Amino acid sequence: MVLDTKAKRLVAGALCGVAAMVLALLGNPANMAFCIACFIRDTAGAMGFHQAAAVQYVRPEIIGLILGAFLIALATGEYRSSGGSSPMIRFALGVIMMIGALIFLGCPLRMVIRMSAGDLNAYIALIGFAAGVCTGVFALRRGFSLGRSHPANRASGVVLPVIVLGIMILSVTTSLFISSESGPGSKHAPVAVALIAGLVVGILAQKSRMCFAGGLRDIFLMKNFDLISVIAGLFVVLLVFNIATGRFTAGFNTPGVIAHSEHLWNILGMYTVGFAAVLAGGCPLRQLILAGQGSSDSAVTVLGMFVGSAICHNFGLASSGTAVNAETGELVKGAVTSNGRIACLICIAACFIIAFTNRRSLEK
Amino acid sequence: MKEVDARGLSCPEPLMLTLDALKNNQEVKVLVSEPHQKTNVEKLAKDKGKKCTSRDMGDYFEITLG
Repeated sequence: MVLDTKAKRLVAGALCGVAAMVLALLGNPANMAFCIACFIRDTAGAMGFHQAAAVQYVRPEIIGLILGAFLIALATGEYRSSGGSSPMIRFALGVIMMIGALIFLGCPLRMVIRMSAGDLNAYIALIGFAAGVCTGVFALRRGFSLGRSHPANRASGVVLPVIVLGIMILSVTTSLFISSESGPGSKHAPVAVALIAGLVVGILAQKSRMCFAGGLRDIFLMKNFDLISVIAGLFVVLLVFNIATGRFTAGFNTPGVIAHSEHLWNILGMYTVGFAAVLAGGCPLRQLILAGQGSSDSAVTVLGMFVGSAICHNFGLASSGTAVNAETGELVKGAVTSNGRIACLICIAACFIIAFTNRRSLEK
Repeated sequence: MKEVDARGLSCPEPLMLTLDALKNNQEVKVLVSEPHQKTNVEKLAKDKGKKCTSRDMGDYFEITLG
């Protein structure tokens, strides 16, 4: 069964919202649920690729998403091993998406989750995200393409699922990986619940083609509202949950949300993500799903996000979130770093270069 | 019949190329690699009031709109 009607997609999105809700209730950080950027970053940290002590933990959600998509694709005959569509450009787009996301502090999924909890910064960022998607659509209309992928050996598409399965097994059977003792990395739902939630969302996302960039892109490009209906389902469920449980706080500098109120950089951070996601053919979540169903090109994009997260923390590009100083009780505003600003502008310039130097008509 | 070879292209290129081809042609044959792209093209055909038939060609799908 393909979730191919708006109603079915709405339900799929709503179920993903329920999964996010359960994860939040069982210990995941506030309004993070299963933020792809944050959780790839945490996993990279757990494996020692960066040393930001507060954000190191192997996130079973990410592993579950990839494995869920892999298993359902195998079961339904949708598994196709392919690759070869400008892999290094896709790697760069993965790095770029991660840098933009960690300047805003979240992937498009977390933006929607933050919106559902009343974080006004996320609404500001949505303007940037939509503008980024629009710019990507403009490039597509001018014939942007990263070229064709080709069928690959069947085993090629299995590599990433096998690697993440290995990470999962090692994380529960050994003490090889680092686990944060404080900060967002120390907050997590039980491993089994997180893994099951990841698997379920992976399956739903694969069947519903859930994509945050694709949702807006299809509206701008073709006045098609199919993909946005998944996001709408997720948003509504979380909005109701947040209001019902008193978690909805409309405001800018809300401590505990892990967000900052530098409007320009919230806009530019998500502009970068939206633009790069359209060029890469999908948002960070969609890349995980496509990688799970056999696309080596998306797997390379995922590796780009992984490396990008280490770059963000090793070179001080990631922003900080507004928090209350535990000793003084003072509100410390979250901030974007100078390095982060420069990196964001470089990423936007790189997106423009990629967008207007890769044309279908130039493909041989 | 106009043929659109969208095999291996990323979304939304197959749909954009199909829409382009439908502007000047009554019948269009579209080749795509991924099952979800096949579904998308079939849905587009339905939206445009076109009849369509799909065939699984092994490595790719062939969808005829007309």
